[in-house]
Amino acid sequence: MIDRLNQGLRKVPIWLLYLLGDLYPGWLLYLGLTGGLGPDPVKALEHALGEAALQLLILGLAVTPLRRFLGLNLLKFRRSVGVLAFTYVALHLLVWLLLDVQILSQVFNDIIKRPYITIGMVGFALMLPLALTSNNLSLRRLGAARWRRLHLLTYPAVLLAALHFVMLVKGFQIEPLIYLSVVLFLLLCRIRVVG
Amino acid sequence: MARRWTNTLTAADVTPKAAFLNRRQIMAGLGGMAGLAGMGALPGAAQADELEPNSWEDVTTYCNYYEFGTGKGDPAEYAGQLTTSPWSVKIDGMVERPGDYDFQQILGEMTLEERIYRFRCVEAWSMVVPWTGFELADLLALAGVQAEAKYVAFETLYRPSEMPGTAYRVLDWPYREGLRLDEAMHPLTLMATGIFGKDLPNQNGAPLRLVVPWKYGFKSIKSIVRITLTDEEPPTSWNMANAREYGFYSNVNPEVSHPRWSQATERRIGSGLFASRQETLMFNGYEAEVASMYEGMDLAQNF
Ligand code: HEM
Repeated sequence: MIDRLNQGLRKVPIWLLYLLGDLYPGWLLYLGLTGGLGPDPVKALEHALGEAALQLLILGLAVTPLRRFLGLNLLKFRRSVGVLAFTYVALHLLVWLLLDVQILSQVFNDIIKRPYITIGMVGFALMLPLALTSNNLSLRRLGAARWRRLHLLTYPAVLLAALHFVMLVKGFQIEPLIYLSVVLFLLLCRIRVVG
Repeated sequence: MARRWTNTLTAADVTPKAAFLNRRQIMAGLGGMAGLAGMGALPGAAQADELEPNSWEDVTTYCNYYEFGTGKGDPAEYAGQLTTSPWSVKIDGMVERPGDYDFQQILGEMTLEERIYRFRCVEAWSMVVPWTGFELADLLALAGVQAEAKYVAFETLYRPSEMPGTAYRVLDWPYREGLRLDEAMHPLTLMATGIFGKDLPNQNGAPLRLVVPWKYGFKSIKSIVRITLTDEEPPTSWNMANAREYGFYSNVNPEVSHPRWSQATERRIGSGLFASRQETLMFNGYEAEVASMYEGMDLAQNF
């Protein structure tokens, strides 16, 4: 079963992933413009992008455990999953800046004064060097070992992203805690492997 | 005695645009009636400009009613199964005539009127809603408030079999709210039974809910089953959940920010993807009517 799945996956071109991944925000934007995102399209867009980004980050984190424990090989997609996740976070940030908060002085205030925003921003900042080096040239320049060490930054980035979600909800809510648990579980898997 | 805060708007005025000019005049007149001769400082006309009600769609599909789930669309999706008839409200505590008041019987005693109010959520979004209802003061008069009462406590129905959201302890159910007696008796404080001239949809708090337009929306407790007059500040759900973020008063105040976001501006629901944020008004634009109740109080302390 897994073998056949792996064989099938080998035939899926990476550009298809990029295409689908880029269509999704476009589709959201279209929905937002045509009333398809409900009465509050700004929040709906912000949330959909944030959630998709977190899911992709988790998928990226799951690649190694999936291969180790289930034999499922998604390695070839990992880099593009990461780049897409970064794209979504960047769009998430842009929606927040341009459509939600809008006011520059308030933007700075929020980044400094509101811990869940601060944490989101740190997560974004950690992902920036990863996105910039997610190409073969950088990989060659840095050398595989250093490149891999740099990309360990995904772990704190994903953890901060999940914390960001936990911190921003009102009351005691289950969904962000489920995400955080999954992230913690995957990080534990990775730490065992690395250590 | 109904109609202390006279509002002559009818369902016909809720039609967007058509009644616009008319409404502006009514608003100006209304300010005068409330004894505010010098409306100069108050953005009376500006208020009227803004008071274009949201659509039925906006008001009935974008709701916070955590007993049905935390998503804004959850109440519209899951509240349909709620049984709202028969319905009674227990009025107890420091009242002359405690007891279970049948909803239909209450309606028989009250004069319904329409009130178009700004509605400002603590999450920094806002709407304008055309409510139908009666003043809470009239309901309290029905039960007879005793002299020593200082506060009014409210409770929402807690019925897990019909409220899927209560399976999670997002809050300590049942939902509870409270007002100081003078706030409760204020002519702006409404017990709503309808919107847009129709009965309240379940997701908006059927059959009977509070509307306190100068406070953040969560104070306007829905589907009320109990009203208790007391002489102590009653515990309130959001304050119990997080006292640092939600105070007992929770008056709309652009200068006191929520620890996690600013309250200086708001997103007006229904204005689309590229709408600008609007300035939030002190007491949600009802400063002239309610500020005197808080004279001498530090509103940053008593947030
Ligand atoms: C590290 C990458 C990030 C991830 C994975 C992420 C993910 C998320 C998720 C999952 C949500 C909740 C969506 C929902 O409720 O369904 C969210 C909400 C939000 N995020 Fe992020 N986020 C990130 C970075 C940021 C940054 C950098 C900012 C802004 C500086 C930001 C601002 C927000 C805001 C304002 C909300 C909505 C809060 C509200 O409901 O009002 N996020 N994010």
